[in-house]
Amino acid sequence: MTASSSKKAILVLEDGTVYQGYSFGAEVDTYGEVVFNTSMMGYQEMLTDPSYAGQIVVPTYPMVGNYGINRFDFESDRIQVRGFVVREDCHLPSHWQSGQTLHQYLAENGIPGIAGLDTRALARRLRVSGVMMGFLSCTLGPEEALARLKSLPRYDETDFVKEVGAKESYRLEPDGEARYHIVVVDCGVKRSILRILRGLGCALTVVPPTTPGEDILRLGPDGVVVSPGPGDPALPYLEAVVRALVGRKPIMGICLGHQLLGRVFGGRTFKLKFGHRGGNHPVRDTATGQVYITAQNHGYAVDAESLGPEVEITRVSLNDGTVEGLAHHEYPVLSIQYHSEASPGPRDTLNSFEQFLEMVERGG
Amino acid sequence: MPDKVKKVLVIGSGPIVIGQAAEFDYAGTQACKALREEGVTSILVNSNPATIMTDEGIADIVYIEPLTVEVLERIIAQERPDGLLPTLGGQTGLNLAVDLANAGVLDKYHVRSLGTPIDTIRKAEDRELFKKMLLEIGEPVPESYIANSLEEAKEAARAIRLPVVIRPAYTLGGTGGGMAHTPEEFEQIVRIGLAVSPVHQVLIEKSLAGWKEIEYEVMRDAADNCISVCNMENVDPMGVHTGDSIVVAPSQTLTDREHQMLRSASLKIIRALGVQGGCNIQFALAPHKVVADAWPTDLKLDWDSQGPPPYYVIEVNPRVSRSSALASKATGYPIARVAAKIAVGKRLDEIPNAVTGKTMAAFEPALDYIVVKIPRWPFDKFALGERSIGTQMKATGEVMAIDRTFEAALHKAVRSLEFGRRTLLWEDRSWGDDWRQYPLHPNDLRLWAIMAALRRGATPEALAERTGYDPWFIYKLHNLVAMERRLLSEPLTPELLRQAKRLGFSDEEIATLADRLPEQVRQLRHQWHIRPVYKMVDTCAAEFEAQTPYFYSTYEQENEAIAEARSKALVLGAGPIRIGQGIEFDYCSVHSAWALQEAGVQSIMANSNPETVSTDFDTSDRLYFEPLDEEAVRDILENESGEDNTATPSIVQFGGQTAINLAQPLAHAGMPLLGSTAETIDIAEDRRRFENFLGRLGIPQPPGAGVTTVEEALRVAETLGYPLLVRPSYVLGGRAMEVVHNASEMIRYLSAAIEMDSKHPVLVDKFMLGKEAEIDGIADGEQVLIPGIMEHIERAGVHSGDSMAVYPGVSLTKDEVNTMVEYAVSIGLALQVKGLMNIQFVIVPRPEGGSTVYVLEVNPRASRTVPFISKVTGVPMVRVATKVMLGISLKEQGYRTGLWPPQRLVAIKAPVFSMSKLAGVDTFLGPEMKSTGEVMGVDHSFEAALAKVLMAADLMLPQRGAILLSIADRHKPEALPIIKQLAAINYKLFATEGTAAMIEAMGLPVTMITKKLSEGHPNAIDVIRDGTVNGVLNIPTGGRIPLRDGFEIRRAAAEKRIPCFTSLDTAQAAVAAVVNGNPSFSVKRLRDYLSPRE
Repeated sequence: MTASSSKKAILVLEDGTVYQGYSFGAEVDTYGEVVFNTSMMGYQEMLTDPSYAGQIVVPTYPMVGNYGINRFDFESDRIQVRGFVVREDCHLPSHWQSGQTLHQYLAENGIPGIAGLDTRALARRLRVSGVMMGFLSCTLGPEEALARLKSLPRYDETDFVKEVGAKESYRLEPDGEARYHIVVVDCGVKRSILRILRGLGCALTVVPPTTPGEDILRLGPDGVVVSPGPGDPALPYLEAVVRALVGRKPIMGICLGHQLLGRVFGGRTFKLKFGHRGGNHPVRDTATGQVYITAQNHGYAVDAESLGPEVEITRVSLNDGTVEGLAHHEYPVLSIQYHSEASPGPRDTLNSFEQFLEMVERGG
Repeated sequence: MPDKVKKVLVIGSGPIVIGQAAEFDYAGTQACKALREEGVTSILVNSNPATIMTDEGIADIVYIEPLTVEVLERIIAQERPDGLLPTLGGQTGLNLAVDLANAGVLDKYHVRSLGTPIDTIRKAEDRELFKKMLLEIGEPVPESYIANSLEEAKEAARAIRLPVVIRPAYTLGGTGGGMAHTPEEFEQIVRIGLAVSPVHQVLIEKSLAGWKEIEYEVMRDAADNCISVCNMENVDPMGVHTGDSIVVAPSQTLTDREHQMLRSASLKIIRALGVQGGCNIQFALAPHKVVADAWPTDLKLDWDSQGPPPYYVIEVNPRVSRSSALASKATGYPIARVAAKIAVGKRLDEIPNAVTGKTMAAFEPALDYIVVKIPRWPFDKFALGERSIGTQMKATGEVMAIDRTFEAALHKAVRSLEFGRRTLLWEDRSWGDDWRQYPLHPNDLRLWAIMAALRRGATPEALAERTGYDPWFIYKLHNLVAMERRLLSEPLTPELLRQAKRLGFSDEEIATLADRLPEQVRQLRHQWHIRPVYKMVDTCAAEFEAQTPYFYSTYEQENEAIAEARSKALVLGAGPIRIGQGIEFDYCSVHSAWALQEAGVQSIMANSNPETVSTDFDTSDRLYFEPLDEEAVRDILENESGEDNTATPSIVQFGGQTAINLAQPLAHAGMPLLGSTAETIDIAEDRRRFENFLGRLGIPQPPGAGVTTVEEALRVAETLGYPLLVRPSYVLGGRAMEVVHNASEMIRYLSAAIEMDSKHPVLVDKFMLGKEAEIDGIADGEQVLIPGIMEHIERAGVHSGDSMAVYPGVSLTKDEVNTMVEYAVSIGLALQVKGLMNIQFVIVPRPEGGSTVYVLEVNPRASRTVPFISKVTGVPMVRVATKVMLGISLKEQGYRTGLWPPQRLVAIKAPVFSMSKLAGVDTFLGPEMKSTGEVMGVDHSFEAALAKVLMAADLMLPQRGAILLSIADRHKPEALPIIKQLAAINYKLFATEGTAAMIEAMGLPVTMITKKLSEGHPNAIDVIRDGTVNGVLNIPTGGRIPLRDGFEIRRAAAEKRIPCFTSLDTAQAAVAAVVNGNPSFSVKRLRDYLSPRE
């Protein structure tokens, strides 16, 4: 146990709730929207998922870091979360692929963590009160931390997509022969998505989220993937990009990409009380009745009521009935709220990518 | 979808044996309840009366009958069910379903097999078909070849590459097999293997020793929706049966990538098999780079059949299992219930998640805690049994503990094992200082050996290599050793105490290390506000509000188990299933909880056994999954006392010795008991007080005394006269009890590892040879109701739990019955028993005629016969007793003093043993209990009931056959009538030297067969092994443990699974059943047997 030798730290929520723990990772203060994730494994993928930008993530599983950090499971080139909150961080991981500990990885990347607190109590708090801003500190007292928090920008006020998306376009070659050319609008894409598409014979052009739709069309893609990404989808410039592509190219929208499609189709998006974050979310295929277990990570959803008759709801959450997938009667669109690329999470819907490519094959 | 089924046959798993325990009562009970919810009538068949599933409150129609194809066909013909649920009764139920299908019974009566199709079951059970199917869908199976010669074996080894496992065909328990790392080893083992195999054949299989063993519990519905309920990691790597492994859930050392690879494979396999319901899949996963060397480590998502696979599929069970019961309790996801609903056509997304009440069964539980399961082995009973564990399961039961860290959950699990002083601090004094010599190979003490080795400076890495445990687990154990050192050396501060509690150290351990008394540690905790909180098992890691009050303790911030201000009582369960304390106490605990609810009292259950109905989340109003020790129970009671500080009373009568042992500590701590007081319990349990008590009432008991030295023992023995019953005073339930016949046996007993001192005398009693009988009664302080009297078939000397018992008694005289009833009433009143009691009698004939009834013992608690008596008399004993404890008198409940009118039926209970699974354990019946379960035969005549119970217990001798006799001189005269009977029905008699001489002298034909195994063939063992004889009658001299005399004969019979009688009384009954011919027996609903005699 290093608990007693470690520095004390606190996590203060905007409602004034204080959780005591000890610091691990970088010994710096941080703030962000505090969200919980119920996956029992896959912390490395979680840490590096760009959709967590601006957030302090709380895995509900109590023991985190057991298998260390390896070189295979990064979903982007850096840690994306602002802070990490665990019941216990594992100092002595064990896995033949492991190169470093969770603590080392966070410390190296300047990201703070707090451990030793009652993360279940915290998750229950967030479930009841909804997600909140929080301040994580190993220097300040609770009052000071709360005061600091009040002076800082709220999560919803920041456009994280610009922060995490590609700054410049780049091209990726497929494994084997190129069958399709796909443009990926990078709002915070995960490496798994790129890897899967390449594995399926796609040459990829990854473009920044600010790339105008016409520029994308000029690249002559067979299809476009609008990637997942962090934050509120109510971003006019992104909607404009998607609007320019709809009906002109087959589009796959994942998570944020799906929400953008929903908005472009005239739908409303709204913030969920505490989001869907985990690897056990059942969704029902409204056509076949089939149920899939999916990986999810979103704080916003498309309002089913707000969609017009030309839009079909293809998937719904079995837990709360929210929209999990859309199709359009005229336009070739595969739109899913969940993460078919898994990583972390179940791979039940891995074939979504193949379905999209079939759509591409048909030419829309 | 075909028509909706209306009436479904559910086959139970029969008696509790090693490998098939209470989990199937849990599964069957859940299934019957689920069927009822769906409006389907359930017909339940089981031979085991100690089950909850055989209550009419659970199943709609109950049959307690032998589980044979013939009996099941008769039931099917009578009841005409339209469906059969084959997957809930363990391997027994599954095999019977397949047999019924093969025999054409299902077709004949148009019974549909529901859920997983019979073909799927066949595919999963047949190793070759199964292997073929897996290869077809691209799932890797360990390579194996059958070899009939050394040359063929070498060829196989070349293909698989060493190390390999060699398994001789058709030898039990893997005799003659082994693992070969070198060509020399290989050749040697193959030679032996070919020689010992009766068909001269060996299986050469790729060795996966040291690979991680990972399990998945998956479900599929008819619409092809699939989910994974739980994944579990065996702490003991491949090579140890999962039932004998320490297991954690969820897996701790797998990356998400590895986990998803195996999860995807699991779903692929159940789809390919076409399972409809639950399924358990076991994998071997490459543990480290050395093994996974060629594993493609590029960024592919799946192993793509290029290169060696990183995992192998080891086993698939297309049914609910021990693992699925564990998974259900570990996650809160009721697998058996959902499986039953799937079987009658429901889809996963149509079945509500009963825990949250809001979400559906089509989801995967998220845990925010860790679960640790530890097996409970019977080696405390069988000190001379082989303690090594391997591919043959040896545990009788298991415990589970839940907490937020591995260390704390492990600690609680160890406490739950109820090994008394054997905490994690325990070390065997004989281990010495060199940790390399410790028992670090797979055996029941390995966990303690690792702890001891860490204390002696062994590095976690060295131990990981030695044991094959993933280093992660050893690092955690090392954490515990580090905390031990701190507790030993540092002052006990609030911070240190809190940290120790968060790692699960019990007050008792902290007291030992920090040099205080456990009670002082408790007081310090209270003073420093270090108390456990209780968290909910909610299937969803707090994501949804849960309805079900299923709690575990942990040292954290927020308490979720807020006490309700209402009248309530805590029922203490029985902990892990072990010999002497089986499923019957779970039956009692559950019924007590239900009776409380009926009476409007909140029922709170505490137990540590994941296999049981009592730990089902909807059995009681509130469930605490906790160790059953003083600390945990007091913590629960304090939590339940709530803000107004009202004491919650405890019920200690139903959880066997586990619960009753808590009576004194709870009373001492000022915590109230319901029913009989701690004083009453103490009088019954304290030898001296009990003696005085009976003396005052003028009730005779066998003379005896407590002794503390060998000299004293011999002096007492001289006065009392041999034979004598000797036992240590501090353990009950016949542990280490023996009958000694002379001074040398007495000396040997006293010197054989029995700790004897002034505080723990050895009890020496006159051994009374006579009929044994027992009663179960209920007393309320004013009245004593006796629902029934049972007579034992075996005379005194055989533990009551190992005796066959008949209700009502067959050879008891009216006087004897009256005397027993009279004694029971006066004991019940004088002891002020409130609730249940069990009294054991021995009835000794007087030389002048008539007989004397002696009282052997009184147990002021539920006995193991309570379910049996409840079922055959129709008196719901636990319900009545619980209400008595709540202050509702027997009179108010419509009962009165005296013997309940005997029913017009005969019911016989017979013990069932698991001897074939426990190498080195003697099967000889004696005062020490050895059986793991029981069966019941019920009918209207003694002969029919006897035939049925022998059938159910696998003790039935065939109508024609051969038997091997080996009878000690002392017992030869008594054996004469049995031998004559056998000869009269033309049984072929084989006998060892002395016995053969006697039979010859009787003028009967006999084949003499030597028992000297070194003197040529065929010897006594050969005729057993080669199937020449169908049974063995072996009456040894008695006294010695193990009895060298005939030991091999008895072991051979156990391994051959043929009846072996070591008591002349049991043998007489079995032979009588053959002599009777095949009596026609009834097959009836249990309720149709019931009707009073007068």
